[in-house]
Amino acid sequence: MSMPFYVAPEQVMKDRAEYAQKGIARGRSLVATTFQDGIVIVAENPSRSLHKISEIYDRIAFAGVGKYNEYDQLRVAGVRHADTKGFTFSREDVDARSLANLYAQYLGNVFTHEMKPLEVEILVAELSADTRPDQLYHIAYEGTITDEENYAVLGGDAETITERVGESWQADWDLASALTAAVRALAGPDRSLEAADLEVAVLSRQNGRRTFRRIGNEELAELLPEAPASPAVTEEPAPKDPEPEEPEA
Amino acid sequence: MALPIFHPVDDPGPDFSSLLRRSGTPAIHQGETALTVRHATTVVALRFADGIVMAGDRRATEGYSIAHRAMDKVFPADRWSAVAIAGAAGPAVEMVRLFQVQLEHYEKVEGVSLSLEGKANQLAQMVRQHLPMAMQGLAVVPLFAGYDLRREVGRIYTYDVTGGHYEEADFQATGSGGRDARTTIKLGFREGLARAEAIELAIEALYEAADEDAGTGGPDLVRGIYPLVAVVDAEGYAQVEEAVVADRFLALIERKRAERGTRPSRGDPG
Repeated sequence: MSMPFYVAPEQVMKDRAEYAQKGIARGRSLVATTFQDGIVIVAENPSRSLHKISEIYDRIAFAGVGKYNEYDQLRVAGVRHADTKGFTFSREDVDARSLANLYAQYLGNVFTHEMKPLEVEILVAELSADTRPDQLYHIAYEGTITDEENYAVLGGDAETITERVGESWQADWDLASALTAAVRALAGPDRSLEAADLEVAVLSRQNGRRTFRRIGNEELAELLPEAPASPAVTEEPAPKDPEPEEPEA
Repeated sequence: MALPIFHPVDDPGPDFSSLLRRSGTPAIHQGETALTVRHATTVVALRFADGIVMAGDRRATEGYSIAHRAMDKVFPADRWSAVAIAGAAGPAVEMVRLFQVQLEHYEKVEGVSLSLEGKANQLAQMVRQHLPMAMQGLAVVPLFAGYDLRREVGRIYTYDVTGGHYEEADFQATGSGGRDARTTIKLGFREGLARAEAIELAIEALYEAADEDAGTGGPDLVRGIYPLVAVVDAEGYAQVEEAVVADRFLALIERKRAERGTRPSRGDPG
C-alpha cells in the first residue's frame, strides 16, 4: 500500500497555475479596445465557425482564449444568465459587472477545488449606457478579475502585445485605425495578418438595441490597409514595417 | 387557508411564483364565472411582392368597456419576423415576450438563427402549452409572419388555440374583427402588390373591421392614436411611421366621405 505523498499547497497552486498558463499560451491572443462608436474586439482565429468572440446580451460581448470547449461552455452559461435575468427583471438590469463576478467566482472555484483548472482567459465587454462607462473585464484562469481601461489583451503573449497596443492607442479613434493598430499589435513586427486570419466583432452605438455585430472578411479587408502599403495609412507614432527584410529565426 | 409552512426539502425560498405554485394558489383567478380580462382584437397580415405587411388595431376591451386605447398588438419577433396577437391580452403579451427571448436565446447559444419554419413551430409549442388556460377562456391566438431568407419570400402562419398552425398562401386576419378585415383584403388582394399598396390594403381592412366590430378600435383622431403597421422584407422588420399611417387613414376617411356624397342620411348628422 502506498501512501500519497504530501505536497505543499503552494506547490499545488503553482503547478496548477503553470498548467493553465501553458494551455493558454498554446492558443492565439486577442485584443479589445474602445473606439469612437464603441468597442472592437480582434482575435486571431482562422476558423469561420468556431468563434472566440460572441454576443451575450444587448450591450455585452464575450471573448475567450485558450481551450475552446471550456470557454464556449462559459459563453453559453453567460447567455443563459443574461437572458434569464433580462426576462425576469428588465433588459436594463443586465450588466457586465455582475456577470464578470459570476465568471470570476466560478473560475476561482474550479481553480482551487478541481483537479484541473480551466485553461482559459475571458473578457466581458460592455458598451457604455447612460450611467455606465465602457467596461472591459478581464478574467484570468484562477478567477482574478481586472477592470481594464481603454484596451485589454488576452492570451499567452499578452505582455508584449499590450505594450504594442499601448504605444498606438488613441482616445476616440475611428474603427479603421483601431483595427489596423490592433491587428498590427497582434501580428508583431515579424508577421502580417490578413482578414482571413482574423475574427472581428464590434459593440457599436450605431447598431440599435443589439449592439453586437460581426465584421465579415470582405468588410474587414476593406477596413484594413493593404499589407505592403500600410505605413502611409496609419497614425501610429512609430510604424513598423510588417515585412522585415531579414526575417528573424 | 392554512399557514404556508414547507418541509425544508421543497421550500421555495424567496421565489414568489414558485411559492404560489407550491401552495396551490393559481396565479390567475379561475372559476365558473366569466372573467373580465382584457382582450386584444383585430390583426391582419398579408403578403406583397417583397415581403409581408402586418397591422393591428390598438384597442383592448374589458367586458363592455375600453381598457386601453394604445395597446401594441404587433411586435417584432426578431429581425426577420413579426408576431401579432389576438385574445386575452395578459397571457398574449407574456407569450410574445417569451417568444422574443426564445428566438434571440437560440440565436446566441447556437450561433445561427432558426429558420422561419422553425420559429413558427416554436410559437406553436407555446400556444399548445397555453391550452389549459385557453380552456378556461384565456385563449391566445397569434399570427406569425416573416421573411424567409432561404426562399426569399414572405410567409404567413396562423394558429388555433390547440397550437395547430397553418401556413397561409396570401393573407390572414384574426381577432373578433378578423372576418371583416379578411373580406376587405380578399377583395383588394392580387399577386405582386407593391409595398405601399399592401400597407393601404391593411389600413383599409382595419378600418372596415373597426367599422363593424365593437371590439376593434379605429383611428383615434382626437388622441392621435392609429393602428400599428409593420413591414418585414429582405431589409428586416420595420414599423411604418405613425405620420404615414395617420396620413393614409385621413386620406381613406376623406375618400369615404366623398363617396357618401352630400346625401343627408336619417339620424346621422354629417
